[in-house]
Amino acid sequence: MDYFAQQLINGIVLGSIYGLIAIGYTMVYGIVGMINFAHGDIFMIGGFIALISFLILVSIGLTMVPVILLIVLLVSMAITALYGWTVERIAYRPLRHSFRLAPMLSAIGMSFVLSNFSQVAQGARVKPVPPIITGGYTLFEGDGFAVRLSNVQIVVVVTTIVLLALFTWLVSRTRLGRDMRACEQDQTMAALLGVDVDRTISMTFVIGAALAAVAGMMYLLYYGLVDFFMGFVAGIKAFTAAVLGGIGSLPGAMLGGLAIGLIETLWSAYFSVEYKDVAAFSILIIVLIFMPTGLLGRPEVEKV
Amino acid sequence: MPAPRGPGVAFIFKKALISALVALVLFSLMIGIRTEAGPNGQLIYWTRFGDLAAMVATVFGGSIVMELLRQWWGPVGTVKVIPPSVQAGLAVARRAIAPVLLIFTFLVPVIFYNQRYILDLGILVLTYVMLGWGLNVVVGLAGLLDLGYVAFYAVGAYSYALLATNFGLSFWVCLPLAGILAACWGVMLGFPVLRLRGDYLAIVTLAFGEIIRLVIINWQSLTGGPNGVSGIPRPTLFGIPLAPGPDGLSARLGIEFSPTHRIVFLFYLILALALLTNWVTIRLRRLPIGRAWEALREDEVACRALGINTTTTKLTAFATGAMFGGFAGAFFATRQGFISPESFTFQESALVLAIVVLGGMGSQLGVALAALTMIGGFELFRGLEQYRMLVFGLAMVLLMIWRPRGLIGHRAPTVFLRHSQAISSELAREGRG
Repeated sequence: MDYFAQQLINGIVLGSIYGLIAIGYTMVYGIVGMINFAHGDIFMIGGFIALISFLILVSIGLTMVPVILLIVLLVSMAITALYGWTVERIAYRPLRHSFRLAPMLSAIGMSFVLSNFSQVAQGARVKPVPPIITGGYTLFEGDGFAVRLSNVQIVVVVTTIVLLALFTWLVSRTRLGRDMRACEQDQTMAALLGVDVDRTISMTFVIGAALAAVAGMMYLLYYGLVDFFMGFVAGIKAFTAAVLGGIGSLPGAMLGGLAIGLIETLWSAYFSVEYKDVAAFSILIIVLIFMPTGLLGRPEVEKV
Repeated sequence: MPAPRGPGVAFIFKKALISALVALVLFSLMIGIRTEAGPNGQLIYWTRFGDLAAMVATVFGGSIVMELLRQWWGPVGTVKVIPPSVQAGLAVARRAIAPVLLIFTFLVPVIFYNQRYILDLGILVLTYVMLGWGLNVVVGLAGLLDLGYVAFYAVGAYSYALLATNFGLSFWVCLPLAGILAACWGVMLGFPVLRLRGDYLAIVTLAFGEIIRLVIINWQSLTGGPNGVSGIPRPTLFGIPLAPGPDGLSARLGIEFSPTHRIVFLFYLILALALLTNWVTIRLRRLPIGRAWEALREDEVACRALGINTTTTKLTAFATGAMFGGFAGAFFATRQGFISPESFTFQESALVLAIVVLGGMGSQLGVALAALTMIGGFELFRGLEQYRMLVFGLAMVLLMIWRPRGLIGHRAPTVFLRHSQAISSELAREGRG
């Protein structure tokens, strides 16, 4: 039971990270109707930028951990958001009215560009960082097994919740959010009613990338390493989360993220660590076959 | 024709300046700072502001050049008039290119007999031509975006490797078996994804490819895990080994043994396999099933409305494509003598897919030329190993932007009306054309 509780905590933390990435997938799919295959690599870039800015801040002698974390968070969100914007501008916008598979193929190309760019720019080796947030609490202890909640885990979950609240407010209460929902329903009509569709789509990518950057930073804090290849698998898992939650639905993405995080952690804990990715990918296939609308998604109506 | 007046110098300059600024922010940390794990495990970093400045300057200059090029080329959609004589010449060249290429390919082992490197490269190119033609059935003809094609390649390779090393079966027995097994896997993948389309299908096939790879890595007792399978037997000429011994082909023919014989044999083997793929595809395109594939690619809903069984149509496309992938895999295993999961990554799938896309999705000749360009290009950049995939990704994006229908080929349906009907422009305007 204690072991299970511990795995539950770990799963929720991992799930928060997946959920943050999944929001980017689900938003873009909702508005543009394409799978942003490069989103996983945006997450990886976010991790790298967090790592580098953290390194600089420490080396100039900053010691207050909360200040460092805040600056790193803002810097990586800002720069990664610009990456998201640039990717959309270069690789997706010219293809908006191209044939069906073109954006997907372009996105795959972009994914290669981003991951190999960071390999060339930062080297292929795994970059470790010392634990930045240390300490934690022992929740309860029984028969030799202590259930621990570390401070990193608290930071990850709290940051996720805060950002999610902020973001929900953004989508449901602001002008931008209304424009986004309008574009999601009907781009032409939205444009006729004075919504700047191009700008709205750009902003969607920017917000998605910023959240992915947060996920990248949380990943860095939690696992203490980044490498250029981590975006691929994390991206597919987050996409699975988005599909599981119902693509296009924001609470669904978070829910799906938590589900995938829990499934992966529990699978590793009780079955086999080697096959944890296989489990996650199988869930993707199973979900798409048996409930393509996901947990909270709307059924897609096909128009001829 | 007077050149249309484009935007002025100030506009170009402003645009380039914005691009350079964006580049500065993007690259500031990623290129300006280089991190590396130090000797004691802690991270160290150093600055590279020179590289950063060079990159930003390149973006600035590139932006100006791009804008000037765009003005020189004129607005998008401008039709360049080609003189009829040139057009006729191009048509002749287009018709001649396939036979010339085929004859040249047949002669490659003769011309370059002593150049092992070129022969090996030729085998590699032909392997990708075959893979491209195989995937072309799925992507180009049936229009199903398959990102996990490498899974079938892997199934074929491991089928041959395991059957040959465990049961001592010969290549010629295993080749059809590898194809059949891969086709079975194709059907297995095909069944669940029948209802999916477009992007979802792509992601599921990708997941499937990764699952196969992960299982190969982790099922150590069967596949040897990351260490792979080694000591895979070389192919024989219908039972006669190409080896120096007394039973060998050279001894029987009474000529001196040379290791090049095997390379030449492999070259013709893969050429035959590739041509088989091509021939089968061309024949299938004229059968009802091939026409159903092309119809499916154009419009699935219309297909269903016309009574085409989309289930069997999709399954046969997957199975046929997978079978050729399996053949290619068996060949790969026998050529290398050693296989490991490293050879069957997603990059491989993307490369084959890029070949099909570059070739124009559906054009046989286009795919062959694309494979030649792609693999040849990779060889040219061999010294710049780490930039290879970067350039590859960029090329894929640019290709989609400039020529989404492929550089070389076209994807006109095999069957179409001979004469276009002449209708008046009024009707066309009303949408009846």
